[in-house]
Amino acid sequence: MPEIMSPLADPAFCPLGVDGVLVRFARALTAEANASASGFCAQIKAAALPGVTELASSLTSVRVGFDPAVTDRQRITAQLRDLLTGLQSADTSPRRLWRIPVAFGPSHAPQLHEAAQLAGLTAEQAVAEITTTMLRVLAIGFAPGQPYLGLMPLHWDIPRQSDLTPHVPRGALVTAVRQLIIFAADTPTGWRQIGQSAFSVWQPDSDTPFLLDAGDGLQFVAVSDDTLRDLQANPDSNGGARCEVLR
Amino acid sequence: MPVLTLHSAGPGVTVQDLGRPGWTAQGLSRGGAADRLAVLEAAALLHQDSGFAVLEMIGFGGVFSSDQPTRFVLTGAGMQASIDGAAVPPYTTQLLPAGAQLTIGGARHGVFGYLAFAGGILTEPVMDSRATHLTAGLGRALAAGDTLPLGDDPRPDMPPQRLNPPDRCNGGMVRMMTGPQTDLFDEQTLADFLATSFRRSPRGNRQGVRLDHDGASFAAKGGLSVTSDLIVPGDVQLTGDGVPYVLLTECQTIGGYPRIGTVIPADLPRVAQAAPGTALQFTLLDLAAADATAEPDMAVLRRLQQARQPLIRDLHDIADLLGYQLISGVTAGDDLEQD
Repeated sequence: MPEIMSPLADPAFCPLGVDGVLVRFARALTAEANASASGFCAQIKAAALPGVTELASSLTSVRVGFDPAVTDRQRITAQLRDLLTGLQSADTSPRRLWRIPVAFGPSHAPQLHEAAQLAGLTAEQAVAEITTTMLRVLAIGFAPGQPYLGLMPLHWDIPRQSDLTPHVPRGALVTAVRQLIIFAADTPTGWRQIGQSAFSVWQPDSDTPFLLDAGDGLQFVAVSDDTLRDLQANPDSNGGARCEVLR
Repeated sequence: MPVLTLHSAGPGVTVQDLGRPGWTAQGLSRGGAADRLAVLEAAALLHQDSGFAVLEMIGFGGVFSSDQPTRFVLTGAGMQASIDGAAVPPYTTQLLPAGAQLTIGGARHGVFGYLAFAGGILTEPVMDSRATHLTAGLGRALAAGDTLPLGDDPRPDMPPQRLNPPDRCNGGMVRMMTGPQTDLFDEQTLADFLATSFRRSPRGNRQGVRLDHDGASFAAKGGLSVTSDLIVPGDVQLTGDGVPYVLLTECQTIGGYPRIGTVIPADLPRVAQAAPGTALQFTLLDLAAADATAEPDMAVLRRLQQARQPLIRDLHDIADLLGYQLISGVTAGDDLEQD
């Protein structure tokens, strides 16, 4: 079933470094802003503008990196504004669907109760919402291959903690501001850990080091702590993740 | 092919080059040397191109030897160095005889020291670069007993070459530009930030360095709920408690902490090379002035190649020899006896 979404019309153009322009469709994350950013990124790529060195889209924006020896900010900005006027509505339904096992037992989800409470839910209700929401990879970033997933319902709009949790393990499922992340590596974070997967989003020794793409669909499947332990013991399983090609 | 042996190594010795550009969309930051200029300086001194790989040493070096003679050079932080007990100056190419021990001690000024060999380090590239990216798990810090393949030195008998590096190990003024989130800080907060004298904190690594200061912290509007957005090295991020971090080469590619601006690439080595306690202050360039400082790596390398000089000038290398006043100082030899 295609989802046709109209792009947002009037993004902000900001400098991001001496060799980059950030085109930001919204300050707050919405499905429309995310689809506009990824759609515009694809359109810029297709336009193959001279001097563009790198393109990256985030939750609501696209950064266009350029070579100042070939072009300049003014020229790139004018070319991007021209492209924007031709921004088309596009089929934004996912090309692939991932199903990824997650354990939500107390030893794997130290902040599930706290996060659920902030969302006005019991822990059981929170797990039910996490595993029934059809999530999308909104952006890849922070660490290699690491997905920003969303959008959770509005009541999941809970802020990050002001203090960092010093150590959250690789594969952890964490949440803040209507989003979920599967961590690429052990890391300190202000996001709350509410589950644990055995899924590696980044496999540098493989031919395909980055597993997920922005735009992929993703659904979490609740498993027992024992099942997670078995998946962790078998690295070839990559956490029991399954990928289905949709279109 | 020469083999380099590490007989001992400080805690932060890694293979680095200018990094892996182009993977931001996949979440992998460019990485590479924290002081990119130091790699380009070494490339210029050793007649290499900008793609060659060197050793980066954070704060402390180690003991190294090669089984074949090769020229090398030390750039970046000032680190005490000697070959079999004889002192070695930085920014001057030297010959490391086969089997001789090159000992590099602690940084006397600066943080990131670089040890470069004439043929470069020839480890297997991963995704078109030899740079160790610690936060991404690409490569690892080196340790005693490790060996590395080096390229052959094409001209081991070449006379020593030297460069005068721009001072960048003593902190001072750092130029920055506005970014997508500068407007999350009100005018007064930005003015206070620019008026503050910061000190480089002991907390820092290849991802970024924390800055300490006296006085109130710098809060952004809606600080903990800012939508995560793209980051570039040089971004000045304020964490939840309003403490600034300047992000360096191994920074995250997307982050949710608000960023007050971006240090321009030309001044980022000055931040990286500020040792703990060194004073740093920010000044804001307007956009046109900031953009005008952009200089591609190849242009920097060409500039450094032109600045390179033989340590002792060979008469044959002095093109305008006849223009020199070689005899104007000749006198009767009794000057000191005259009134």
